[in-house]
Amino acid sequence: MNLLQVEDIAVSFGGVRALDGVGFTIAEGLIFSIIGPNGAGKTTLFNVLTGLNRPSHGRVRFRGSEVTGAPPHRLAAIGISRTFQNLQIFPRMTALDNVRVGRHLQERTGALRGMLRPPGTAAAEELSRRTALELLDRVGLANVADKPAGGLAYGIMKRLEIARALASGPKLLLLDEPAAGCNPAETAEIDRLLLALKRDGVTLALVEHDMKLVMGVSDRVLVLVEGKVLVESEPQAVRLDSRVVEAYLGSAHAGGGA
Amino acid sequence: MLARLGPPAAIAAVILLAPLLFQSGYHFRIGALVWINALAVIGLNVLMGLAGQVSLGHAGFFGIGAYAAAVLPARYGLHPLAATAAGAVLCAAVAFTVGRPILRLKGHYLAVATLGLGMLVAMVLTNEVWLTGGPDGMPAPRPDLGGWRISGPETWYWISGTVLVLGVLLAQNLRISPAGLALGALHDSEVAAGTLGVDVARSKLVAFVVSAVYGSVAGSMLAFLNGHVTPDRAGFLQSIEFVTMAVLGGLGSMIGSVAGAAVLVVIPQVLTFFHEYEHLMLGVLVILIMVLLPSGVVPALSSLLARRRKE
Repeated sequence: MNLLQVEDIAVSFGGVRALDGVGFTIAEGLIFSIIGPNGAGKTTLFNVLTGLNRPSHGRVRFRGSEVTGAPPHRLAAIGISRTFQNLQIFPRMTALDNVRVGRHLQERTGALRGMLRPPGTAAAEELSRRTALELLDRVGLANVADKPAGGLAYGIMKRLEIARALASGPKLLLLDEPAAGCNPAETAEIDRLLLALKRDGVTLALVEHDMKLVMGVSDRVLVLVEGKVLVESEPQAVRLDSRVVEAYLGSAHAGGGA
Repeated sequence: MLARLGPPAAIAAVILLAPLLFQSGYHFRIGALVWINALAVIGLNVLMGLAGQVSLGHAGFFGIGAYAAAVLPARYGLHPLAATAAGAVLCAAVAFTVGRPILRLKGHYLAVATLGLGMLVAMVLTNEVWLTGGPDGMPAPRPDLGGWRISGPETWYWISGTVLVLGVLLAQNLRISPAGLALGALHDSEVAAGTLGVDVARSKLVAFVVSAVYGSVAGSMLAFLNGHVTPDRAGFLQSIEFVTMAVLGGLGSMIGSVAGAAVLVVIPQVLTFFHEYEHLMLGVLVILIMVLLPSGVVPALSSLLARRRKE
């Protein structure tokens, strides 16, 4: 079954076409990777899918219903969450509280309720703490739960963002360069995590420059070049496609391992 | 538990113990003024410290609360307590209506828009002479409860102190609740908060409404304490004073809000000895505090203490 359908998306920034006629579908339960040289429009595409950029043209459907141009919080509510290439953690909160914010949709979030603490609040807090801690444990960060997130190492923050996004209970999780700046051990960790998430039934969309990671975990790979879809296929086919090799050899990422 | 109840307990202890140093009704009056200002600043801190949205119009709500407590009993025969509640509801309604469009603005633009809101309220209070008494203000009634007339600085010291502790407790509960976490989240990254399901516009609006209600209740209590209201309570200088109290004490700190209010209420009283140099000295003091303790008095001191303890 198709989880996400993208039809003919176009986005322009002041006359520059960041995306042009982009269309693809992501089937439920798969890992779908989007690769391409820098400036190809990968992050812009993620921004469109999570409501941060409005497309000037085209449609996005999620589980059959149209969601084009819906605001981020509404997309989160129907099951689309993401991480960011340029980290967007909440630095002044603890790692645990970062994940608890991710549980916003599962919590009763009225301000009056918050102020008055009706019976059951302490139990709800305890549940929220425990669930957040389990998610931190899942990405291997239980040991930093009570540390301020702003002081954590880069690779740790990357995984914290994944835990936080998972807390919102996404059906589709978009990961923007989860392995960027990570050492090989951390990258292997993320590799394992992605496959485990897939086993749990979370559909993953992945933007990543680490070709070893992409080719290892992906079910489908889409190559984006200058805002247009160059090819979309299985990893093996993409790897051997002469147009892809050309697009990459012509760019700074020729040494990416493809 | 300690993190939640610590600040209100500490503030309650100060309120209980401070009178040991008092020698006259005048001291109780100053104490009541500190608690009233602190309540308004706690509200402002929900907006500025927690949600990270600046307001230069907080005194507008303070003024509405003060005038509700004066106008509604005098002209419409409402009980002063009912008038206080009506003022709070009115402020919530104004904040809800005005907040929707202006909270879309960020940083300097939001500052100027809230500034305009505060000035608008002050202007209405000054110009609608038939209702408000104009620039000279109007008397506020002494409320009575079952025949007992509530008046005198000592009585208001205890009432305003109790309301402050209650206000701190509610704000503290809010801060650690999911709603408060969402406010802290949008303060750090609106984009990330949104993609996690936080309705950023709505959350900001809620913080604005909460802050307005705090300002209103504080304003009503000031009217009762003074027995008189004037439009400058809603004015620009009063708004700036609230922001100064919040920043001086430490944005986001409950105890800091009280400390900031105490500094700006008490120090001018002490400095009256120095007559014409009073404002100069207060200005220098504020500059010194901000230069030496840029994160505000209370956060700076508590991190200093924490460092000492580690060594």
